[in-house]
Amino acid sequence: MSSSLYRFLLHLYPASFRAEYGDELLRAFAEAARHRGPVANAVAALRDIVPNALIAHGSMLRQDLHYAFRTMRRSRVFVATVILVTALGVGANTATFSVADLVLLRPLPFRDPGALVRLCEGPREGGGWGCMNELSPANYRDVARTTTTVRQWGVYTGAEGNLVGTGEPVRVGAEAVSPEVFPILGVRPLLGRVFDTTAAGQRDAGSVVLSYGLWQSQFGGRSGILGTTIRLDDKPRTIIGVMPPAFRFPAPGTQLWTPLVLRDTDFVDRTNTYLQGIGRLEPGVTFDQARAELALVFGRLSRENPETNRDTWFSFFRLHDEMAPRYRLMLLLLCGASLSLLLLTGANLANLLLARATARELELAVRAALGAGRERLVRQMLTESLVLAIIGGLIGVAVATLAVPLLAHLIPTSLPLGEAPRLDSRALLVAGAFTALTGFVFGLIPALVTGRRTAFRALREGARGGGGRRQRLRTTLVAIEVAVSVLLLVSSTFLARAVWRVQSVDPGFSSDGVLTLRTTLTQTRAADSVRRTEFYDRVLAGVRALPGVTAAAYTSGLPMVLTGGITGVELPGQPARNRRANGVSLRFVTPQFFDVLKIPILAGRRIEEADRLGRPLVAVVSESFVARQLSNEPPIGKTFRARGLEYTIVGVVKDIKVRGLERTNEPQLYLSAAQGPGALGILYIPKDLIIRAGAGSAGLVAAARDIIHRIDAQQPVSDVRMLSNVVEGQTADRRAQLRILIALAGLALLLTAIGIYGLLAFMVTQRAREIGVRLALGAEPGRVARMVVGDATRLALIGGVPGVIAAYAVARAMNALLFGIAPTDPVTLASGFVIVLLATIAGSLAPAMSAVRVSPLVAMRAE
Amino acid sequence: MSPDSAPDDFLPLPPATLHILLALAESERHGYAIIQDVEARTDGELRLSAGTLYRSIARMVEQGLIVEIEKRRSRADDERRRYYRLTPLGDSVARAEVRRLSQLVRHAKARGLAPRTI
Repeated sequence: MSSSLYRFLLHLYPASFRAEYGDELLRAFAEAARHRGPVANAVAALRDIVPNALIAHGSMLRQDLHYAFRTMRRSRVFVATVILVTALGVGANTATFSVADLVLLRPLPFRDPGALVRLCEGPREGGGWGCMNELSPANYRDVARTTTTVRQWGVYTGAEGNLVGTGEPVRVGAEAVSPEVFPILGVRPLLGRVFDTTAAGQRDAGSVVLSYGLWQSQFGGRSGILGTTIRLDDKPRTIIGVMPPAFRFPAPGTQLWTPLVLRDTDFVDRTNTYLQGIGRLEPGVTFDQARAELALVFGRLSRENPETNRDTWFSFFRLHDEMAPRYRLMLLLLCGASLSLLLLTGANLANLLLARATARELELAVRAALGAGRERLVRQMLTESLVLAIIGGLIGVAVATLAVPLLAHLIPTSLPLGEAPRLDSRALLVAGAFTALTGFVFGLIPALVTGRRTAFRALREGARGGGGRRQRLRTTLVAIEVAVSVLLLVSSTFLARAVWRVQSVDPGFSSDGVLTLRTTLTQTRAADSVRRTEFYDRVLAGVRALPGVTAAAYTSGLPMVLTGGITGVELPGQPARNRRANGVSLRFVTPQFFDVLKIPILAGRRIEEADRLGRPLVAVVSESFVARQLSNEPPIGKTFRARGLEYTIVGVVKDIKVRGLERTNEPQLYLSAAQGPGALGILYIPKDLIIRAGAGSAGLVAAARDIIHRIDAQQPVSDVRMLSNVVEGQTADRRAQLRILIALAGLALLLTAIGIYGLLAFMVTQRAREIGVRLALGAEPGRVARMVVGDATRLALIGGVPGVIAAYAVARAMNALLFGIAPTDPVTLASGFVIVLLATIAGSLAPAMSAVRVSPLVAMRAE
Repeated sequence: MSPDSAPDDFLPLPPATLHILLALAESERHGYAIIQDVEARTDGELRLSAGTLYRSIARMVEQGLIVEIEKRRSRADDERRRYYRLTPLGDSVARAEVRRLSQLVRHAKARGLAPRTI
């Protein structure tokens, strides 16, 4: 009885030890057991075997490690390559998937985020993505009243504010939200409460909810903050709550929330659109059912209000789809690229280990002949693979840790993600496991083969063993590597060309040497046309007097980064047109605006100092305005109505890019800031100061800040930057994405070259005898070299053709990123292939040279 | 270990190893006989377990301190038992360890650290 326990426990020993000493152990134990009781025997069995088996395993591991490190020292290049390949494969994959997981897969940090939907207005013809146009309060009210598929609706609108009273005045990103928004999102406040839904917002009109970040930075995270009054845009507000750190809505930049109160007058004009809708679907209702109901509702709205809603439709999407499809596509592309790299890592690792296996077959056969059991050899090989995998994996973790913050720049700032991306342990596990498995499987092959083949045969065949099947496997692996490299290279080339094309788009204005800073006026000053103009005049007079300044102006919005500011115009004798289909980009600017940006005047004059209140209302329009709105009639002196007032065109300027380099741009309309009515919408109040100065204009910041603070010490200054940075920011995402893709493609090329070099060098060694015979029989060395290079070219062709086909398919899928470059573009498709072909031939040169140098005598004597 | 290892390279020996060498110095023995011999010599103070014994034997065979004697039959029963004997290296190693220990005892005595019972 105790013997069978002992026999069972013997399995804890290494198999070779058990085979050698198992019977003896059992016998010795049985003899000793005769003098003991059954319980004492069981205890003795356990106390004997468990520690001794552990020690036996440990000493065997120590031996194997010792042997592994000795072997590794002898083949440093191989070891370095394997470790490098593993580290890069694991690192690149973990980093990419950590970011992609956060953006694409993980649910938003709200309760049941799948049921959250967004509603905006949009063009009837559809197309486009995201919130195309905001909702008007009246349209929102009618939608909220009539829909049954959405349990609750809420609205919000951006409202930056100047926060005063806690030290320096600061500009904070605020959001006016209807009371329903917090319950819809289902997030509880960390402290206090959120806005009351029942009292219709009356009681909470003067209250504010802080973000965790603002609470920490401006109020030191004091717990007694509730009930404190702060001044926001000159109005006192009472703090009623603080949200938890992960709550970022609608975007990470939002620092506080004020209650959105809609008055009866807000519901009069259906074209006054400034609300973004959010809702939660009724349980059991699908997204498509809700969309169908909205189509009915908006259809009825346009029938009942034909003059305002004839062309008004809606855009409806899940909150999680708020991300631009371009980002999604780009992230998917990067995931694909890094998956390809993982595949390539696997193929390369397998190839390296196969080559090594062949080289070590003789060594293992000798060890087997000297009595090493198969289990010992397998154990040895496993130890070596494990050591390589662990070292490579550790370096891979370091690579991933460094890469994640770089990749985080790819995440659009518009997403309400709760946290910054971190190294994802699951992604690390998957990439690590894949690499380790590859290492294990292919690392074990030599030991398994040695176990199967008789040692005698291996010894007789010498280092030439292995056979054609393994060579075919290696050829296939290299072909896969070539295909993946071609795919990655072609994709990167496509994106590189797209970036170049975007960057070469002429923005229509000059940003070099232009400094911009933002002074958002408080609402009381902004609402008064005279006080407003006085502020601009004083600031501009001070700034223009600074040394080096050649021109300075105020504008309601910088070019390139337009958000909103689209208006409709009515021309006499023409039917009223829908402003959404025929909108123009409207800017209120001060004189010198065109000088600062060097926008060429094509006809008439600029906005001038004399264009003030009490004088005829003037407008400067762009070329495309003349073409589209005036059908190319002579524009100077023509009148039109915009926002309820009549303007006379006094000048025509060239078009500029108002919406970024990659998007279509509305015709532009410029009105004099000094002629703006008191009740300008927040979008139209001039707030961006632009200054053109000679060299060293960046040094102006302090002087300009000084001038502004002397005029109003409470006026915050924000967004100080060079206009050229704003323009560059347009392609920043693309450049970041491109850099990553190029890095991945470069890695792929490197790995492929290593793979090809490895395979050819191996083939030359294998064929040394044949080559030697050929040379001895008088073959020209050049012919032998050509044979090796020819092998390489064949490999490149076998892998290259599927690679190009796959690249074409990928280019078609990522058409939206290509900025007009056709997926069939022959130059781009060919370029990747040519690069890989060249790398292949380069990789074959060294093996070709060594083939030529094969000495017939040595090659034949070696047998 | 390579065959040209010096006996001093093995020192100091683990107690079990020295006891096994002592047991085999007298005559060739099989495993259980070694356990019994050690137990008898130490008045039951040291009782090697089967696992410790064979783990030591495996290592000592690998180090070349002992060898297995092929096909020796025990008279007591018909089972094949595996017998071991000292190699010349094992013999020198055992002597070297004993020399080291007696030197140690001499040094201890010189410092007045001798056990009182002797």
